[in-house]
Amino acid sequence: MTSAQIEVLLQTLISGILLGGLYALIGLGMTLIMGVMKIINLAHGELMMVAMYIAYWMFVLFHVDPYLSVFIAAPVMFFLGVMIQKFLINPVLRVESILPENQVILTVGIGMVLSNLATMFFTSDYRSTPVGYATDALYLSDYWKSSPIELSLSVPWSVSFVFAVIITIALWFFLSKTDTGKSIRATAQDPEAALLMGVNIKLMRVITFGLGSGLVGAAGCLLLPIYYLFPALGGQFTLIAFVITILGRLGSAMGAIIGGLVLGVFESLTATYIGMGWAPVGRFVMFIACLVFLPGGVASLLRKKRFGA
Amino acid sequence: MPFVILAILAALPLTGLSSYAMHLVILVVMWSVVGMAWNLLGGYCGQVSFGHAAYFGVGAYTAGILYTKMAISPWWGVPLSIPVVALFSFFLGYIVLRLRGPFFALATLASGEVMRVTAENLVDFTGGTLGIMIQERTWVEKTWYYYIILLVATVTFVLVKKLAESKLGYYFVAIREDQDAAESMGINTTLYKTLALCISGCLTGAAGAFYMNYMGYIDPNVVFALHDISIITIMIVMVGGVATYWGPVVGAVIMVLLAEWIRSIPGLGTAHYTFFGILLIIIIIFLPNGIVGDFPKLKRLLKLQKA
Repeated sequence: MTSAQIEVLLQTLISGILLGGLYALIGLGMTLIMGVMKIINLAHGELMMVAMYIAYWMFVLFHVDPYLSVFIAAPVMFFLGVMIQKFLINPVLRVESILPENQVILTVGIGMVLSNLATMFFTSDYRSTPVGYATDALYLSDYWKSSPIELSLSVPWSVSFVFAVIITIALWFFLSKTDTGKSIRATAQDPEAALLMGVNIKLMRVITFGLGSGLVGAAGCLLLPIYYLFPALGGQFTLIAFVITILGRLGSAMGAIIGGLVLGVFESLTATYIGMGWAPVGRFVMFIACLVFLPGGVASLLRKKRFGA
Repeated sequence: MPFVILAILAALPLTGLSSYAMHLVILVVMWSVVGMAWNLLGGYCGQVSFGHAAYFGVGAYTAGILYTKMAISPWWGVPLSIPVVALFSFFLGYIVLRLRGPFFALATLASGEVMRVTAENLVDFTGGTLGIMIQERTWVEKTWYYYIILLVATVTFVLVKKLAESKLGYYFVAIREDQDAAESMGINTTLYKTLALCISGCLTGAAGAFYMNYMGYIDPNVVFALHDISIITIMIVMVGGVATYWGPVVGAVIMVLLAEWIRSIPGLGTAHYTFFGILLIIIIIFLPNGIVGDFPKLKRLLKLQKA
């Protein structure tokens, strides 16, 4: 490989990892809900779209930086998620029906309402936030004059990545160190046993859905400076979120992080070497290959290694 | 009862309905076909597919590509889409049918999206996002289109009814109720699930091929659409009634008329998805088995059939 080719490869890997960090955050919300509720939330991307609109209007009307909007949008999304779980999903868990997938179809309905309302109120125009640092970048040659190759690091992408990492670490602390976090994990493992141990599973489910929505809301705010915004954006990110969840393992937080990074790098590689339009196909080829050859997700490889099997 | 309805439906064009009314009737019948096909797989066999747009689109593209590449009438697409879609659903089923519940739903959802993106990118073969347009329409009048889709619908209805009442139908229901129990009773679940998927896919594909002929234009975002095809299909069956013979028909009537009605209200034109979503939420919370399914008398009949 010539140095130019290495440069392209390294640059692709860097952008893939930066993208993967955000994907991981989107996937974490999904995997949390899936682990505790045992349902797929097909309104996940739409929730993110709502958060992005909140951040967008905060920026346009009050000049709040999208990164600061994380602290506004995430609590709002938490509240919205709590409401959805309390008043829409919980009643459905009680009704008897032929198909157990009713709750999944319900989330589809919620997603439809959200994206359609967004189209009505905000029109289907593509919008972007004109932040001052949108095109800023750090160049390797600025720091290392004699560098044989030139690599760049986009500032908003890197900041978003750092934010994503911080939120992920905070979530890890919450889930492993606090009482509520432990109760959530217990509910995910075995709801009945958790109930016997005095865990309020109903409350945990409500909190989990809120938490999942809050996480994806935060991801939306982080994505806003580097992406554009339109009402139909949700569907694509719902798909990304579940590809990540399958890639990792369902309900496994570590799996979601690895899944997000793997998907980010893989998409970046497809976009560079095959073509932009094929990146979504690459995503699904990977998804199907994972279902067929690696049903336990990437996490199952790690476990095999640990036990030396 | 079914013969009376068929006779009324067959006499419908003679009453001199306007072209617009005929268009709505044709759409209702076409969506009933797709709904009944979905119902066979989702309602009876319990495999909730979120990707019926894949079969619909493959059927439509079979007709379209026959026209653009082989220069023969796209009507050949209606019969020829059946082997094509059968093969396609067999391969797809090989991958997705090993999954259960939410995983199956996700995998089918992804399969529909894969087909859409693939059709967008294979520009030489499918025409990409430009789509396929049929230059000359077979008939200006809608009467013949109506009779053709009515024939397809009749075949679909009879086929689904016969299947559901046969041994095969009981296998399907057994798989829906408890796949492990069905397996241990000696039912080859993989075989029967594949069978249900192939039949369901073929019927959907035939409807797709009809759509190509009727509308005269398709592109990947129309026929492989997630919301406009896959989700609407599920809604039709959910609203009408899961695992009922008439449910998809009732659902198709409601959905098509509702969509047209909302579109005709000034200022609310783009809001039809909000109403669909709210309708879906209400139906799932209060009528989980759909209008036909929770119709008390029919419910009792269903229970008798199952017992």
